[in-house]
Amino acid sequence: MKLKKRIPVIDQGDKLGFWGGKFGGNFVPETLKKPIEDLEILFNKLKKDKNFINERDKYFKNWVGSPTRFIKLENLTKHVGGAQIWSKVVSDANGGAHKIYNATVHCLLAKRSGKKVICGDTGAGYAGKMLSMAAKKFGLKCKIFMGAKDIRRQQPNVKAMKKNGAEVIPVYSGSQTLVDAVSECMRYWVANCDKVAMCVGSTVGPAVFVRICGWSTSQISRELKTQLVDEFGSVPKKLKLYNCVGGGSSSFGFWNEFMDYDKKQCEFIGVEAGGPAKSKKHAAPLTYGSKIGILHGAAQYVNQNTDGQIEETESISAGLDYPGISPLHCFLKDTKRARYTAASDEEALRAYKLVTKFEKLRPSLEPSHAFSVAIAESKRFSKDTIVVVNSCGDAYKDRGIIEKRLGKKYV
Amino acid sequence: MSNPISHAFKKAKSENRPALLTYTVAGDSTKKQSLEILKSISKKVDILEIGVPHNTPVADGSQIQTSSYRAIKNGIKINDIFKIVKDFKKFDKNKPVILMGYYNMIFQYGENEFLRKCKISGVNGLIVVDLPWPENKKFASKCKKRSIFFIQLLSPTTTKNRLKKIIKDSHEMIYFISMLSTTGGKLKVSPKEILSNYDKIKKINSRKNVVIGFGITEKTIKSLKKADGLVVGSAICGEITNSIKKRQNPVTNVYNVVNRLKKKLNELDNKNN
Repeated sequence: MKLKKRIPVIDQGDKLGFWGGKFGGNFVPETLKKPIEDLEILFNKLKKDKNFINERDKYFKNWVGSPTRFIKLENLTKHVGGAQIWSKVVSDANGGAHKIYNATVHCLLAKRSGKKVICGDTGAGYAGKMLSMAAKKFGLKCKIFMGAKDIRRQQPNVKAMKKNGAEVIPVYSGSQTLVDAVSECMRYWVANCDKVAMCVGSTVGPAVFVRICGWSTSQISRELKTQLVDEFGSVPKKLKLYNCVGGGSSSFGFWNEFMDYDKKQCEFIGVEAGGPAKSKKHAAPLTYGSKIGILHGAAQYVNQNTDGQIEETESISAGLDYPGISPLHCFLKDTKRARYTAASDEEALRAYKLVTKFEKLRPSLEPSHAFSVAIAESKRFSKDTIVVVNSCGDAYKDRGIIEKRLGKKYV
Repeated sequence: MSNPISHAFKKAKSENRPALLTYTVAGDSTKKQSLEILKSISKKVDILEIGVPHNTPVADGSQIQTSSYRAIKNGIKINDIFKIVKDFKKFDKNKPVILMGYYNMIFQYGENEFLRKCKISGVNGLIVVDLPWPENKKFASKCKKRSIFFIQLLSPTTTKNRLKKIIKDSHEMIYFISMLSTTGGKLKVSPKEILSNYDKIKKINSRKNVVIGFGITEKTIKSLKKADGLVVGSAICGEITNSIKKRQNPVTNVYNVVNRLKKKLNELDNKNN
C-alpha cells in the first residue's frame, strides 16, 4: 500500500472508492447508489470549477472567517520546556469549530443540485450546529439527527441548532450516541433521497462523503502553510502536527497540505479517545488494533466483536465517541504517513486544566486529547521543533462536563 | 439439482397467486422461539427469509430494528443462526430459506466459510442489503458456484442502464424495493406506480422471479397480487413486539398474521376464477 505524491489523498481511491484497495468503498443499499453517483458527478465537476472555488473561498473568508489564528503558546512552551508549542485556533471559525467548512460546502452542493432540505448527523453537536447555520445562511431546511445521550450532554449546541431553525431529532436506538445518529440519518436519507441532501458530519460514510469532507476541511492546512511561511520564512525543518481523531475530519484537513513532505520534516500525530482510564471501552480503533469492518457504508478499522456487531464506545468527548475511523486515516496509518495514539478522559481533562491555566485558550474536550499527547511529547523535543496543535473546538459546549469533573473555576 | 426457491415460485404460479415470503429475525425474541415461529408458519409460507440481526442497520425501520436489537440482546450469534436453519430444515427440508443481512457479518465470518456453513445448514439464498452491484459481483459468483442464489436488490432509484446490467448478473430471483423507504415504512406510492416499475423489470427479463418488498401489510398485499412474490417483514416483526407487550404468545400471533396474509392471496385466487 502506497501513498502517491502530487495527487490529493481524497482522489487516491480506486474506481469503487477504495483507498489502498481496501478502505472506504460504498457499502450502501441499492436505493442510495443513484443519489451517491449524482453527488459524485456534481462534486467532481465543481471541485475543478473556478467559479465554485471562488464562491467557496468567498464564504470561507467573509462568513466562516479565514484565516483562523496561528499563535504561539509562550507560557505553555516555557512551562513544558522543550519544543515550541503553537496552536492553530480553528475554533475561531464562525460557530466555534472546523465543522463549518464541511457544512458550508455541503450546503453549496445542495443548492446546486436543487435540493431544498439537508439532513445531517452530529455527535458533539458541532456538525449539527454548523449545518444548521449554513442551512439558514443558504435558505435550506435542516434536520439534525443526534443521539439522545449526546443531546443530554451537549445542550449548548442543541440550543444553538434549534435557534437556527433546525429540527433536532433524538435517536434512541443502540448506545444513543454518534454511531446511532449517523445510522438514523442514513436511514432517513434512504427514505427521502429524492428530495433531501445529506451531509455526513465527518470524513466517514460512503466514499464521496469522505472526499467532500476532506476537501472542505483542507482549508485548515492551506491557511497553516501560509502562516508557517509568514512566521518562519519556510515550512519548518522539524514540524509536528497534533490533532485529535474521532471520525477524522479536522485532522485530515489539518494535515492535507503537508502530505507530500517527508514525515521526518512534517510528522502527523493523531490522538484518539482512549475513554475512561478504568474502562475497557474506548473510541480508539487505530491505537488499539481494531479489525477492518464495514460501518456506515465504508470499510475501516472499527471496534466490533467477532460476529461483526459494532461495539459501544466510551469517551468523555462526544465528538470523538465513534467506533470507526475515516478510511483516509486507515490509509495514512497503513502507509505509515501518520502516527496514532490515544489519550484517556483523565489525560484530556488534565491537559485542559494546563492549557487554560497558562494560556487564553479554551480547547474543547476533543482537542484537549491532542494537547495531552503534544504536551507530553514536547518535553523531549529540541527547542527548534515546532509543535502545532489544532484547537479545533471551543470548550463552551463542554461547560457542564467540565464543571462536574473539574469544578466551577475551570468553566 | 434445482434450487428449492425456483420450485416454490413454480408452485405458487401453478396456484395462480404470488409466492408469499416472510421475514423474521433469527433469535427474535429468543433462539428457541424464532425456530418455533418458523416451524409454525412454514406450511403457509412459500419462502422463509431469516434476518441476520445487525446492530447498525442502515436500511431497516423501527420494527425490524427493535427485533434485531432484541435478538442480539438475547445473545444470538451467527453460529446459532446456522443451527436454527439446520434444525428447521430437519422439520421441513424442502422449504426454501434465505438469509438476509448486512455485509460486515459475512466479512467477519469470512466469505468462504460463511458460504460453507450456509451450504451445510441448508440455506438456499442470500440477500445482502449493503453489498450492491457491482461490488457484489465476486461474492455473487461464489454463491452461484455453491448453488446458492444471490438475490440482487433493485430500487425505484435504479437507473434503466443499471437495471439491465444488474438483471443480467442476477440469479433466478430478484428483490424489488417498492419505494424510497427503510423497511416497514408506510406505502407512500400507489400500487399502480409500484407495478409499473415492476413491469419495467419483467420486460427486461420475464424469466426472473421478481418479488416486491417494503411496505407490504395485510392492508396492502392484495393490491400487488400481480407480482411473482410478495415479502412481508416489518408487519410480522411488529407483531412479535406487540405480543410481548401484551404478554401474549408471539408464535400463535405471528401464525395468525401469516395465515390471514395467505388467505388474502388465496381469496384473490377465487375472485380470479
